[in-house]
Amino acid sequence: MHDMVQSREEVKTSFANDAIQIDGVDFCYGSSKALKDISFNVPAGEIVALIGPSGCGKSTLLRCFNRMNDLVPGARVTAGSIHIDGVEIHSPEVDPVELRRRVGMVFQKSNPFPRTIYENVAYGPRLTGTTDKSELDGIVEGALRDSALWNEVKDRLHESAFGLSGGQQQRLCIARTIAVRPEIVLMDEPCSALDPVATAKVEELILKLKEDYTIVIVTHNMQQATRISDRTAFFYLGELVEFGETSQIFTRPRRRETEDYVTGRFG
Amino acid sequence: MAGSSNAFATTGRSRKGEPLVWLTAIGLTLGVMLTLGLLGLVVVKGFQTFWPNRLMVLEVKTGDGLRKLAGYETQERSRRDFDGTVHDEVQIFRGNEEINGETFVYFDVADIVSSEQPDDLLLIERLSGGNAIGRAKALELKDEGTLDADEPGFRDRLATLIDTAEDRRENLRTIEKTKIGRNAKRVKELTLERKLIEEGKVKGSIEAIDAELESLQADFVKLDAERTRIRERLEADALVVESADGREITILAMDLLHVFRANEAGFFGRVGEMFRRIWTFLSSDPRNANMDGGVYPAIFGTVVMTLVMSIFVTPFGVIAAIYLREYAKQGPLVRAVRISVNNLAGVPSIVFGVFGLAFFIYFVGGVVDDVFFPNSVEPVYKSGGILWASLTLALLTVPVVIVATEEALAAVPRGVREAALACGASKWQAIQRVVLPASLPGILTGVILAMARGAGEVAPLMLVGVVKSAPDLPFDSAAPFIHPERQFMHLGFHIYDLGFQSPDSEAAKPMVFATTLLLIAIVVVMNLAAIILRNRLRKKYATSSF
Repeated sequence: MHDMVQSREEVKTSFANDAIQIDGVDFCYGSSKALKDISFNVPAGEIVALIGPSGCGKSTLLRCFNRMNDLVPGARVTAGSIHIDGVEIHSPEVDPVELRRRVGMVFQKSNPFPRTIYENVAYGPRLTGTTDKSELDGIVEGALRDSALWNEVKDRLHESAFGLSGGQQQRLCIARTIAVRPEIVLMDEPCSALDPVATAKVEELILKLKEDYTIVIVTHNMQQATRISDRTAFFYLGELVEFGETSQIFTRPRRRETEDYVTGRFG
Repeated sequence: MAGSSNAFATTGRSRKGEPLVWLTAIGLTLGVMLTLGLLGLVVVKGFQTFWPNRLMVLEVKTGDGLRKLAGYETQERSRRDFDGTVHDEVQIFRGNEEINGETFVYFDVADIVSSEQPDDLLLIERLSGGNAIGRAKALELKDEGTLDADEPGFRDRLATLIDTAEDRRENLRTIEKTKIGRNAKRVKELTLERKLIEEGKVKGSIEAIDAELESLQADFVKLDAERTRIRERLEADALVVESADGREITILAMDLLHVFRANEAGFFGRVGEMFRRIWTFLSSDPRNANMDGGVYPAIFGTVVMTLVMSIFVTPFGVIAAIYLREYAKQGPLVRAVRISVNNLAGVPSIVFGVFGLAFFIYFVGGVVDDVFFPNSVEPVYKSGGILWASLTLALLTVPVVIVATEEALAAVPRGVREAALACGASKWQAIQRVVLPASLPGILTGVILAMARGAGEVAPLMLVGVVKSAPDLPFDSAAPFIHPERQFMHLGFHIYDLGFQSPDSEAAKPMVFATTLLLIAIVVVMNLAAIILRNRLRKKYATSSF
C-alpha cells in the first residue's frame, strides 16, 4: 500500500515559503486511526484543495490546523508535527484560542449566531477587546466589503442574520471569520449546501480572498477544485495519495487512484 | 380501476398495534378528566363563595314548638337514621353568633313548615363575630338620638355611618400601628442605649436621652388620648337589628363593615356584590380567625417568597449546571454527582424544612444575630422569616433547575459552539455569549417548573417562617423598608390552616375553596409570564436548524 504514496522528501523539497508544514502526521479517534503519515506543505498565499471520498480524513486534517479536534473526546495527533509560522501547534505552550484567531474557519453549514448581521461580524473583534464603536464599524464594513456582502446588507445591518439567504449567510460567516484578520482561512466544504448561483458567488469571493489569505478548502466538487485551487491534495482511506499543482493532478495524475477518482471512474 | 383500488384496501395485518394507540388515548383522557374535574370543583366552589345568596325566613318544627330563623341554605345532605329511615337535610347559615351560638345548623326538610324571602332582610358584615342577619330596627346615634328604620333618611344615614366608621377605623389603625409603634420602637432603642451608657460600654449623654424619652412619653399620652377618643366615638353609635325570632342585636359602628340587602338586590346588584366580595377577599386582611375578610397578606407572602426563591435558585442552579456539563471531566464522579442531584428532587420536602430550620435559622441566623444584633432581646434572624423560607425552597427546587439547564446546554447545536471557538473565543467566552443565550429558553423552562413547585409547597414552610397570621408585610414604610426576617403568610398554608385548624370548619370551607382557586390562579399567572418571556427569548435566540 505504501508504494502508492509519494515519498516524503519528494513533497517537502518543492516550496520555500510555507504557511503550514505537515510532517508525518498520524491521527486517531480513540483507537481507530483516521490519518496515516500525512506530509505536505501549504504554500503561503495559495489556495490548496483537499479532495477525496467521504471518510478519507480530509476534514479531520483540516480541523487539526486550528485544533478544533480538541473538542472531540479521545481525538488526538499520535505522531508527526504540524508547524504554522515555524511553531509546532500541538506543543503545550501554544494557546488554542490564540491559534484560532490566526487560523480562521468556515464551516460546511452556515452557522451565523442568533444575532444581528452587525453583531455576527463584530463578534470576533469584540472578543479581542475592541470596544470602540467607530473602530468596530470600520472593521465590520471592511469585512463585509471584503466578503462582497456590503452592498446587499448595508441597510439592514441591525436585523437578524437569519433573514439572509443561504448563500448570504455563508458569506456572512466568511466575513465573520476574516473580521478577526487571520492569516490562514480553513474552509470545510463551504458550498455544499448552496445552489449554483450562490456557489459561484462564494467561489468568486474565495479567489479574491487569496490576495490576503492562505486558504485550505475541503471540497467534494471536482470542478470547484479546478476552478479555484492552486494545488490539490488527494486523500484516500486516511492516506495522502497525491499532492501537486491542481492542473497536474487533474490532467496528468501520477497515481492510478487519483486518475480514477478525478475522472469519476472511482467508487 | 375497480381492481386496482383493492391493492390498497385495509388488511387485517396493517391494523396491528392500533389497540395500543387507544391505550395512549385512554391514558391522556384519564389525566385530562382528573385535572379538569379538580379544576372544575375548585372553580365552581370558589366562585360560589362570592355569589350572594338570597336570605330566607324559615319556620321550623323543633322539640319545643315552632321556631323562626333567618339565613341562607349552604348545602344539602341525606342522613340515615338508626331505624333506617332516610332524612333529607339542608344546612342553613344563620349568623348572629352571639345569640345563636352555632352559625351553621342542619334541619330536616320535612320539619320546615314555611319559607319566605322578605325584602327587608339584611346581611351585615362585622369586624368581629361573623355576619349578622336580621331586619334593621333603628340607628342609635350619640348626637342625633334614635332614628327608626321606617323614618325617611334612614338608609342614607346608615350609609354615611358605615363610611365614617371606615374612616375612623383607618385613623385608629394609623395611630395604633404606625404612630404608637414607631414611638414604642424609639423608646426601646433609647432605653437600651441608656442602659449601655450606665454600664459604661458606650459614651453618651444620659440627660439627652432622658429628655427625649420624656418628650416621647408626652407624645404617647397625646396619641393614647386620641386613640381613646376615636374608639369611644366608634362605640357611641350603633345599628340595632332584630333577628327573625324577635331578639335584638346591637352592632356598634366599630364593628359595622358592610350592609347588603340580599333580597332587594337585582341581578346586577348581586353581581356588583360579588365583585365587591372578590375585591375584599383580594385586598384586605383576614379577620375572625381567618374565616372572614381577605387573604392579601398571604397573596403578598406567596408571590414575594416565590420571586425571591427564583432569584436565588436560578443563578445557583445555572452556574452549577454549567460546571457540571461544560467543565467537569465526565467520569464516575460527575455521574455520581448527577445522580445525587436528581435524587435530591425526590427527598421529602419536610426534610428540606428541617434542614432549613437547623442550618439557615439556627446556624446562619444565629451567627447573623450574634454579629449584627448583639443587643437585641428577641431573635431577629434566628427565627423563621421570608428570607429563610425562600432559601429553603431554593434548595428544594435547585435540582429542577440544574437538570433543565444541563439538558438545555447539551441541546445547543455543536455548530454554534464551533463557530464561536473558530472566531477565537475562549471556552468561557463561547459559553457566555453564544451557548448560554441559546439555552436560555430551556433554562427558563426549568425555572418555571421550579416556581410552580415552590409556590405550591407547604410542609417545609411551616418550619421556616410561615404563620397563620402576620399582619406586618415584609415590605412597609418603616425603615429599613425591607424586612426579610419577618414571618409571613402563605396561601398554601392558609388553605391548610382554614381547612384543618380553624375553630369552625364549616364556616371556613368556602374560604378554603376560594383560597385554593386563588393559589392556582397565581401559579398560572406566574407561569404564563415566564412562558411569554421564554417564547420571546426563543424567537430572539433561535439557532439555525442543524
